[in-house]
Amino acid sequence: MRAPVKIKTLTIDGKEVSAREGETILQVARENGIDIPTLCYLEGLEPIGACRLCLVEVKGINRLVPACVTQVEEGMEVVTNSERLIKYRQMILELLFSERNHTCSVCVVNGHCELQRLAQRLGVTHIRFPYRYPNLPIDASHERFVIDHNRCVLCTRCVRVCDEIEGAHVWDVMGRGINSRIIADLNQPWGTSEVCTSCGKCVHVCPTGALSEKGKAVAEMEKRRQFLPYLTVMRGGRQ
Amino acid sequence: MSQQKIKLATVWLDGCSGCHMSFLDLDERLLELAEKVEVVYSPLVDAKEFPEGVDVTLVEGAVSTEEDLHKIQIIRQRTKILVAFGDCAVTGNVPAMRNRFHIREVMQRVYEENATQSHNPPTDGVPALLPRVRPVHEVVKVDVFLPGCPPRADAIYFVLTELLEGRIPDTSAVTRFGA
Amino acid sequence: MTVDELQQLALKEQEAKQRYRCRINVCVATGCIMCGSERVKEAIEEAVKARGLEKEVLVQGVGCLGLCSAGPMIYVEPDGIIYHKVTPEDAPAIVQGLVSTPVERLICPPDLPFFKRQMKIVMENSGTIDPERIEDYIAVGGYQALIKALTEMSPSEVIEEVTKSGLRGRGGAGYPTGLKWSTVAKANGARKFVICNADEGDPGAYMDRTILESDPHRVLEGMAIAAYAVGAQQGFIYVRAEYPLAIKRLRTAIRQAERLNLLGNNILGTTFSFSVELRIGAGAFVCGEETALMASIEGKRGTPRPRPPYPAEYGLWGYPTLINNVETFANIPPIIRNGGEWFAKIGTERSKGTKVFALAGRVVNTGLIEVPMGITLREIVFDIGGGIPEGKRFKAVQTGGPSGGCIPEQFLDLPVDYESLTKVGSIMGSGGMIVMDETSCMVDVAKFFVEFCMSESCGKCVPCRVGTAHLYELLRRITAGEGTMRDLELLEELCDLVKSASLCGLGQTAPNPVLSTLRYFRHEYEAHILDKTCPAGVCAIRRAEEVPA
Repeated sequence: MRAPVKIKTLTIDGKEVSAREGETILQVARENGIDIPTLCYLEGLEPIGACRLCLVEVKGINRLVPACVTQVEEGMEVVTNSERLIKYRQMILELLFSERNHTCSVCVVNGHCELQRLAQRLGVTHIRFPYRYPNLPIDASHERFVIDHNRCVLCTRCVRVCDEIEGAHVWDVMGRGINSRIIADLNQPWGTSEVCTSCGKCVHVCPTGALSEKGKAVAEMEKRRQFLPYLTVMRGGRQ
Repeated sequence: MSQQKIKLATVWLDGCSGCHMSFLDLDERLLELAEKVEVVYSPLVDAKEFPEGVDVTLVEGAVSTEEDLHKIQIIRQRTKILVAFGDCAVTGNVPAMRNRFHIREVMQRVYEENATQSHNPPTDGVPALLPRVRPVHEVVKVDVFLPGCPPRADAIYFVLTELLEGRIPDTSAVTRFGA
Repeated sequence: MTVDELQQLALKEQEAKQRYRCRINVCVATGCIMCGSERVKEAIEEAVKARGLEKEVLVQGVGCLGLCSAGPMIYVEPDGIIYHKVTPEDAPAIVQGLVSTPVERLICPPDLPFFKRQMKIVMENSGTIDPERIEDYIAVGGYQALIKALTEMSPSEVIEEVTKSGLRGRGGAGYPTGLKWSTVAKANGARKFVICNADEGDPGAYMDRTILESDPHRVLEGMAIAAYAVGAQQGFIYVRAEYPLAIKRLRTAIRQAERLNLLGNNILGTTFSFSVELRIGAGAFVCGEETALMASIEGKRGTPRPRPPYPAEYGLWGYPTLINNVETFANIPPIIRNGGEWFAKIGTERSKGTKVFALAGRVVNTGLIEVPMGITLREIVFDIGGGIPEGKRFKAVQTGGPSGGCIPEQFLDLPVDYESLTKVGSIMGSGGMIVMDETSCMVDVAKFFVEFCMSESCGKCVPCRVGTAHLYELLRRITAGEGTMRDLELLEELCDLVKSASLCGLGQTAPNPVLSTLRYFRHEYEAHILDKTCPAGVCAIRRAEEVPA
């Protein structure tokens, strides 16, 4: 006999909603048409709570919690859009734009970029922090793809999809803090990686123009993620 | 016509003039605007000195040279509402791509390595480059940010009509970085 | 080894010690070794031999005596004489002093408030036993607490005793230790782990290092008792590679304890088994954060993950895990030996026992001190620390390292306990305490700590990774005289974001040095920005008139 599914009821932005035990605040919010912005989160990948855009307020907890990894509890009162949260989200985007060289106008994903879209949606029209202008390389050694570190937001979706879905674990992070960087294998040119299967999943989960296909000009690169839900379901069946 | 016209200026710092082109794309709406505004200074009109008492100034381009710096400070002093007009003014955009390098490297690449005739950087009659290209708001206070590369004519029209109505527009509704 | 055999070993060792007329204890913790105490020890051994006193005088290396600024330190028992700043050339005179009068010029006055105002629980054996001999530890009652726990108490009684003691985590946050233990004890898991966090990383802090160097068995005993209480069979000590002596002594201690069956299978003939392994950290500050530490032990990149789930339910390799700091474990044996009520009598209402601090900066006596909770900052700085040297004026005391804050003069009479320090914008932290006088620029101090957090940020979450870099840049501008009042506003806004939105404790507390200096020394920030001057004369501000046109 299957264990009965336990149902939790809670409120999100004053709206009463019900959820299955074990669901996250983010899942339940989206099921109910309440959109919480996210960047590092991608359905089908292990959530890591790193970008902090999905932080929400929960009554009775005095710190903010990331909606992507926080499970719902009975009677929770969640606020997703307070003035304070909106301000923090805007600032987080400002930090990301100032961290590296996001020159949208000449980017391959101009018009199809999650970072760009988030800025518009959250009303970020300018960056108050001084741009850092780091001098970062572009690795075009791979036959079909390019990684441009100037556009990378270190969401690690590429790392996770390669590890969790493709099982190759080509990508990882090196360095720390502001000097963190995505590397292929043991920090070698991507094209020389012997474990890379050239599946391109990393390219298509990347929210920005950091990973793209070769031969794409400004604004031509569009990401296709249809494979993820499919693969997730298939994987789920196996586990 | 008893109503006094709004004094509008447009300036062009370090940019490609694409934002001004987009402004011209207002097409017939330019006539409608012309009834309400007087263009007192612009690359499009014949005025040499930036006048006092300007109501609205659209600033295209980033601050790249000592001349830009000098100009923008005067403009700020003489303008009520300063609009950072387009991505170069708002973010530094393409002109700021040189900020990753030392100015010496940039000059060498442009005027020595890639030069076909003269191999010397020009020094006479051109303003000195600043060590770093900066968006306008890092230098003077900006009242309205109008991102886009260039902002579409509709966005420009929206911003101007809102300002003419005495409202500070929310530009994220009509444009974005790189738009 | 059985319990009886252990008792006999203790007696035998005590007798052996008593055969000596006196003992010359030379500090061989890192501080004194750096001042040359190993050569001093050799010289004294030679001098003893030269006079044929080997049978009467025992020369032994011991743990830290506290007054690290005056090393090498020597403690002569049973006379109770403390010598400081000893050189190898002083050895013959010191040995001569055993039979005639002590060497006046080297004597540290024993009634010095530095020694008198302290209270030693964690450091009780420090300076009297040889940290490299388990027999020494056993002779002074070592492992008796473990015996008591294993033979007379149930695991829940052990937890009960720890709860009763009121002990709170000494790593900084002050979480009640008994509560943590009972959570792990109740958690379901096929396996459980006990981890000792010895990844001490605050600039200027060396409490844990010294405990491990001076009395490593105390920590092992504390861990074994914890493992018994929560039901774990495996322990890890995560210690940073920059502590080679602590690592060496821990290795020795683990080997000795295994040999005597105080670690390993069926400890002292009971059904309880527990083994301890060392894990050497590569020196990332963030690995002191418990989830990052566990990731590092698992062989992964040392980055934190969101909590919950807490390690108590989902820890190392997903199993329930108890993580405590070195000093917390070091408090356990005396609590079990003397009872929780004894411990609870020391300290304040909500902060019990003692706390070890690394007293540093602009005070006369710098070194390692152990004081009862509730002592005032004034007593620490002016009595124990001996006040500010060179007639300078006290400005602030920084506690809690990069996660803490600066406490100004008006709070000098504040009792040192978890709540009081938090109330004034600092924290207890792991025990770093840096005294500053009028020659310190508070903006520069804030910049120092922010730079530390920036370079130690793991880079996982955006507010900490990018936020600390911008905090540093804003402070750099201000200290360079390039700052504006707008920068100050931005600084405050950014502090709020980094504090509220960062993933782990490193980021959440990184703005504290800025916030506390802004709270009490805002005028110094404004002087840098508006007057372009550094009141303390530390920051090199180029005045406008000095800048060449």
